[in-house]
Amino acid sequence: MAIDEVKIGGLGASRRRVEDNRFIRGKGNYVDDVVLPGMLHMEILRSPLAHARIKSIDTSAAYAIPGVRMVMTGEMMAARNLAWMPTLSYDTQAVLATDKVRFQGQEVCAVIADDPYIARDGVEAIVVDYEPLAPIVNPEQALAPDAPLIRDDKVNQTNNVVFDWEVGDREGTDRVFAEADMVSELELHYPRSHPSPIEACGSIADYDRATSKLTVYMTSQAPHIVRAAVSMVAEIPEHMIRIISPDLGGGFGNKVPVYPGYVISILASILLERPVKWIEDKTGNLISTGFGRDVYLKGKLALRKDGKILGVRMDTVSDHGAFFADAQPSKFKIGLIHSAFACYDIPTAYLTNRGVYTNKSPGGVAYRCSFRVTEAMFFQERMVQAAADDLGMDQAEFRRINLVKDDDFPKRTPFGFLTDSGQYEKCLQVGLDAIGYDDFQNQKAEAAKRGRLLGLGISTMTEPLGAGNSREYDILGIKMFDSAELRVHMTGKAILRTGAKSQGQGHETTWAQIVAHELGIPAEDIVVEEGDTDTAPFGMGTYASRSTPVAGAAVSMVSRKIRAKARKIAAHLLEVSDEDIEWELGRFYVRGAPDRGVSIQECAMAAYSNVPDGMEPGLENNAYYDPPNLTWPFACYIATVEIDPLTGVWDVIRVVAVDDCGVRINPMIVEGQIMGGLTEAYAMANMQFITFDEDGNCVGSNYMDYLLPTAWETPGFELHEVVTPCPHHPIGAKGIGECATVGGPAAFVNAVMDALKDIGVRNIDMPLLPDRVYEAIQTGSDVSGHPPVKNR
Amino acid sequence: MYPSRFRYEAPTSIEEAIALLSSLEDAKVLAGGQSLIPMMKLRFANPANLVDINNIPDLGYHRADSDGSFRIGALCRHADLEKSKILGEHQPLLAAAAPLVADPIVRTRGTFVGSVCHADPQGDWASCMVALGGSIVAQGPSGKRTIPVKDFVSGPFTTVLAHNEIAVEAVIPPAQGTRTGGYLKLERRVGDFATAAAAVSLDMSDGVVKDAGIGLTGVGAQTINASEAAEALIGSRLEDDVVERAAELAAAATSPRGDHRGSADYKRHIISTFVSRIIANVQRAEMQVA
Ligand SMILES: Cc1cc2nc3c(=O)[nH]c(=O)nc-3n(C[C@H](O)[C@H](O)[C@H](O)COP(=O)(O)OP(=O)(O)OC[C@H]3O[C@@H](n4cnc5c(N)ncnc54)[C@H](O)[C@@H]3O)c2cc1C
Repeated sequence: MAIDEVKIGGLGASRRRVEDNRFIRGKGNYVDDVVLPGMLHMEILRSPLAHARIKSIDTSAAYAIPGVRMVMTGEMMAARNLAWMPTLSYDTQAVLATDKVRFQGQEVCAVIADDPYIARDGVEAIVVDYEPLAPIVNPEQALAPDAPLIRDDKVNQTNNVVFDWEVGDREGTDRVFAEADMVSELELHYPRSHPSPIEACGSIADYDRATSKLTVYMTSQAPHIVRAAVSMVAEIPEHMIRIISPDLGGGFGNKVPVYPGYVISILASILLERPVKWIEDKTGNLISTGFGRDVYLKGKLALRKDGKILGVRMDTVSDHGAFFADAQPSKFKIGLIHSAFACYDIPTAYLTNRGVYTNKSPGGVAYRCSFRVTEAMFFQERMVQAAADDLGMDQAEFRRINLVKDDDFPKRTPFGFLTDSGQYEKCLQVGLDAIGYDDFQNQKAEAAKRGRLLGLGISTMTEPLGAGNSREYDILGIKMFDSAELRVHMTGKAILRTGAKSQGQGHETTWAQIVAHELGIPAEDIVVEEGDTDTAPFGMGTYASRSTPVAGAAVSMVSRKIRAKARKIAAHLLEVSDEDIEWELGRFYVRGAPDRGVSIQECAMAAYSNVPDGMEPGLENNAYYDPPNLTWPFACYIATVEIDPLTGVWDVIRVVAVDDCGVRINPMIVEGQIMGGLTEAYAMANMQFITFDEDGNCVGSNYMDYLLPTAWETPGFELHEVVTPCPHHPIGAKGIGECATVGGPAAFVNAVMDALKDIGVRNIDMPLLPDRVYEAIQTGSDVSGHPPVKNR
Repeated sequence: MYPSRFRYEAPTSIEEAIALLSSLEDAKVLAGGQSLIPMMKLRFANPANLVDINNIPDLGYHRADSDGSFRIGALCRHADLEKSKILGEHQPLLAAAAPLVADPIVRTRGTFVGSVCHADPQGDWASCMVALGGSIVAQGPSGKRTIPVKDFVSGPFTTVLAHNEIAVEAVIPPAQGTRTGGYLKLERRVGDFATAAAAVSLDMSDGVVKDAGIGLTGVGAQTINASEAAEALIGSRLEDDVVERAAELAAAATSPRGDHRGSADYKRHIISTFVSRIIANVQRAEMQVA
């Protein structure tokens, strides 16, 4: 009798997360839980100023504190050629400042001491003499003709521009705009935000002089990339480096880059020959590590009277902070921002991007952004709504006219990607029906009688996941494939290892489900391990929603290799030829004689006890998966809001989410990802941003100023699904890690703008804080939110 | 958290606590710890000695006395007030504010009296106390003294308490007639300090305002006592023009600073809107009773 796939925890099973067993018992093993004999503790002194020359550093008082072992300065690092390190974007970043500090929170010194209290006492005792320089907190200041040069350390740098980049067809787009019936324009700023993993970053470096081996426990979403980077920076041979990324308390892209703290702890361990632990605090995390967004848009759509979009023009400026340290495919300077408008049928498009340096912490591609796709889709959906309003056309109808049709796949996007499959109009319709679109105008009129403004916002988008095929996607030349290794033991139990690294996504649960689907081994019989570079196969790590599309596919492929070998063993056991063997979940049988069969577990036993002549014993293999294309999930998010015009406070009435992420491996985990993403989307739209005052002080350096919504204010989410399998992924999955974070914000912002469009307001920059909404209502005009914060 | 080195004492009587505060250098009272501990974590506060008063018995009360006054002991937690069965009946303003102070986690530890002692211009309870004309009873080596809250807070994060005095209770005077009122707070999120908030207390008799008080949160360098606005209400029947005038006077009493929560003008506007709204809510409730 055939096995019930859901019962064994295969595809479609909402299996409980196996990792939660240890997490909810407090038995997780995070970097800070690791204690090594003789371990010392490190704390970093950070710059209080955004831009200043370092005149002198006096560490004598710190050295005088009993228990302080070493104080590391930029000068010490420089003596070992480690004051600067390469970034993942072909730039350099200061490890410890030597010449200048370039943002508030930059690493200036590090104290290594017997315990973390003494390390902090040591940090307080260091005296640094700074000569303040004018700080730059936005691109306008950075590009001013008399702007101070931030990167005077770089030989050929004469201004604050990091790069200029363009994509698309400039002339074709110009032509279309010249002929358009109407041009709709929109300017806005997607503010800087920051991932908020519960666990901040940290490392324990343990250099063993006797074996010459360096072991580093580290909060990394991509331990193999770190191994390569450390090998290059610290000039230690790669096989003498072991990176262990144990349980991670969230990542959200924050834990992809290599941070100064890691490098300093490594050098400290080498110099002191003792393990050195560095655990960043929350403020350190918020003011110095990888952030998201901070991009400015001038967008234009060329429109025909009947609502057809003829062309797109996007001019963008991105604020990268003091160093260009994005972790993204090297070929694309501003990530996959040119995936914008991929769900719409638009013939021509052109995009420019200028990256600038400012006196702010480096980064830009963190926070569930899928390599800047978050900005792309936000810009897209804000431009779409503005265009519909400018045309005086119904926003749903405007989208319907322009969405790619089901029969058109694979479809070339306006900027040249190839989308794989989808049912866009159907998703939109499911969403409209669920929210009660046709009745909304009545509700709006009712609310008006109570003095309240109602609005409905839609966001429809497809985003590119699963970077990516080796032709186009690499980081510093290393191709972005991924891997899996599967060992089936003789009793039919198994261990699976991948080059990905879960930070809460539930890989231990879902990877086992893929194996169960491919081999019929119950998911509970499969243990999944990731994060140790000495044992796991090479992989590029987990971010940008790439693990199910890439590593997950590798899990399928390695399982199929195992099945192919097991089939030969089955033929041997059943004494028939290979061609006469049939497969059903968990079992091989003889064609035409279904009763004569052997289970996958029996094959496993035979692999170690009774292999056919000439066959290698054992049942294990690995697979490297190089995806043929990106995967393209689609989503339609709809929010309704009510505004109190006297305070500018807006409340969410309802949120409907329709996600098509292809085949769902574990529906419960998928729903968790969507709800988490929508919560973040709501946060960004409503309250969350990192801004700066004119002195370059970070406003948002702690969780009283940088707001995470709690269960109290987070709205309820109504989830719906449509399933269009990915045609090129082995199990038809597309990925879901970031869809709601990417597509969600525009739904909330569009809803507020829908409520305000009758009074002439076209844009308020996120977050839509009550005072901004109130100002827009009072003045009937747009409200911009770029830094510096106004003190008036 | 990694604060500076400090010494910790846990006395079991007020007298012992006062003696410790008198003898120890640079000592601070530790009540709920919800303001002091975060400041020590950030090393903004580095007291050499902590005198923890949590082991002193019989300080967790809140009660209405027979003379009509209302008393809140030094270890009465925000959550005790939030869950109180008697608070709403006697002190509607406090009952309105209780669920808006901090978040549920902080409320289980933080104390009412500690909040007033902390004198944060964004603290909610001090505004309520100002509106209610309440006082703090301070006890030191030479006995007790009662200090009205409007005089107790001497500046941002500073009070008139001597280094060896403990605030043992808060006292709210009896109502002149029926006490009503309310608290409205604009916060960006649960657990956030106020962008702006208003506390209005009204003692009413036969539809006439016998006594009134207005305290404002987050719109100046310290808790604001909008006494002119409150006086404008006294003797009135809360006619529309009177309320409007009081709301304007309340806004005029503020001196907010523009920041990432909103401009100064916006905060002023919120205060006048909230003062009018609280009074409108009170009137609506009265109408329902009548
Ligand atoms: C996340 C968070 C959010 C918060 N949000 C709000 C908010 O929205 N609104 C709000 O009003 N508050 C808020 N607070 C502060 C909270 O209400 C505190 O509980 C309160 O401010 C202090 O009370 P405590 O008992 O915790 O005092 P502690 O922290 O123990 O002490 C605070 C100060 O008062 C002194 N002190 C305390 N008790 C006495 C006493 N009996 N005699 C003499 N001195 C004393 C201490 O020495 C110290 O200087 C928040 C706190 C946190 C952590």
